[in-house]
Amino acid sequence: MRLWVVCCLLLASGCATVDADPRDPFEGMNRGVFAFNDSFDRTIATPIARTYRGALHPEIRDRVRNFFSNLADPLIGVNNLLQGKFEDGFFDWVRFGFNTTIGLLGVHDVASDMGYEKHNEDFGQTFGWWGAPPGPYLVLPFLGSSDVRDGLGTGVDFYVDPMRLIEPDGLRYSLWALRFTNVRADLLDASRLLEEAALDRYVFLRDAYLQRRRSLIYDGRPPREREPESRAGVNVARRPRVDTIGENEAEKGLP
Amino acid sequence: MTRVFLLLLAAALAAAAPARAADMPPDVLVKSVTLEVVDLISKDKEIRSGNRAKLIGLINDKVLPHFNFTSMTALAMGQNWNKATPEQKKRLTDEFKTLLVRTYASALAAYSDQKFDFRPLRARPNDTDVTVNVRVLQPGTQPVPIDYSMEKTAGGWKVYDVMVGGVSLVANYRTEFANVVRESGIDGLIRSLNNKNRALEGAQEKK
Repeated sequence: MRLWVVCCLLLASGCATVDADPRDPFEGMNRGVFAFNDSFDRTIATPIARTYRGALHPEIRDRVRNFFSNLADPLIGVNNLLQGKFEDGFFDWVRFGFNTTIGLLGVHDVASDMGYEKHNEDFGQTFGWWGAPPGPYLVLPFLGSSDVRDGLGTGVDFYVDPMRLIEPDGLRYSLWALRFTNVRADLLDASRLLEEAALDRYVFLRDAYLQRRRSLIYDGRPPREREPESRAGVNVARRPRVDTIGENEAEKGLP
Repeated sequence: MTRVFLLLLAAALAAAAPARAADMPPDVLVKSVTLEVVDLISKDKEIRSGNRAKLIGLINDKVLPHFNFTSMTALAMGQNWNKATPEQKKRLTDEFKTLLVRTYASALAAYSDQKFDFRPLRARPNDTDVTVNVRVLQPGTQPVPIDYSMEKTAGGWKVYDVMVGGVSLVANYRTEFANVVRESGIDGLIRSLNNKNRALEGAQEKK
């Protein structure tokens, strides 16, 4: 289903706007989906998340987060293996082993206390690690910021998610609802920050998403990016040496 | 007994010669400022119960002196910085500073309870541009890295960018700023930053 959405978006290149950011040729359509997601978020998701956060002690929300985090560790391990990071992948499975047993089905993250650190991997990052470019930026209905590569990655993530095996249906749907509610509740502070910090939330969120994914693919150590404004390798935008306003005047004629 | 004596000696020395920020290595500076601010917040009932003005005052006193806002604004403006007059530069810097401090205050209010992991500095002794890595530890998620880009100035080490989870704050404003400048010029950007700041101020007074 989600793959279909991505494919349709790929075909919809006709609606590319003029004078757009080269990373975001579908900005017009993306802003439409963004507005839809936003109204869904304001009227439904945020109120539920607030109620949830108000009703449950932080300690209990930690347990819920740990439980779902543990379910994700085996596939994080698989992704690390697919990226050739065998040691990290092995320890993701060690985490799953300890947390599922001693940690009582994952509600206690005992592995982190033992020094086995949690990793952040998914199929979008694996595709990126293999060299797939992000492609155009996309806003997916309900799921939010993505791009073509990560959209396909998210499709694979969902397809192989162990939560799909849970029976009966009622239990599985309830767990999905709990998982999303917990994630949204964790993001309440962040979304308020976004509201305060951004002049244009769409642009701010898009740029943050693209920067964040790039950083994740390089596991937090991306090479420095050349600025689009800079010319012929002279990186003007990144590092103008300014200590006072007056001093910079001298540079005015330079670039 | 010797340990007690040594501790007393250390305390006496610390009191007699408080390390000046200008002499501190960048990683020590980040650690001491972070711990001091988090400690002050945890002891202050008014800030904990949501007194945003007091928190902003605390940030102005303790954190601001270690930031180079002119550098930050210049980086966020990119090439448009050189098109601005000195007066515009000053106003841009002031408005951007107000916005960043307010955002920083909200972030601190939300996350000051977390545990911090201060990473050892990886730099050569005579480097003048370094990155100080701190990580925020939360149960059930990967630690969130906070990287401070710092440069050495006559007045000590100053922060010119903050990266949270791989997202550079300064780079993230670059597209927004460029868009506004393209549509309504540098004065338009000053206006929209000013409107934003006043709207936030109004919203907080209402609370």
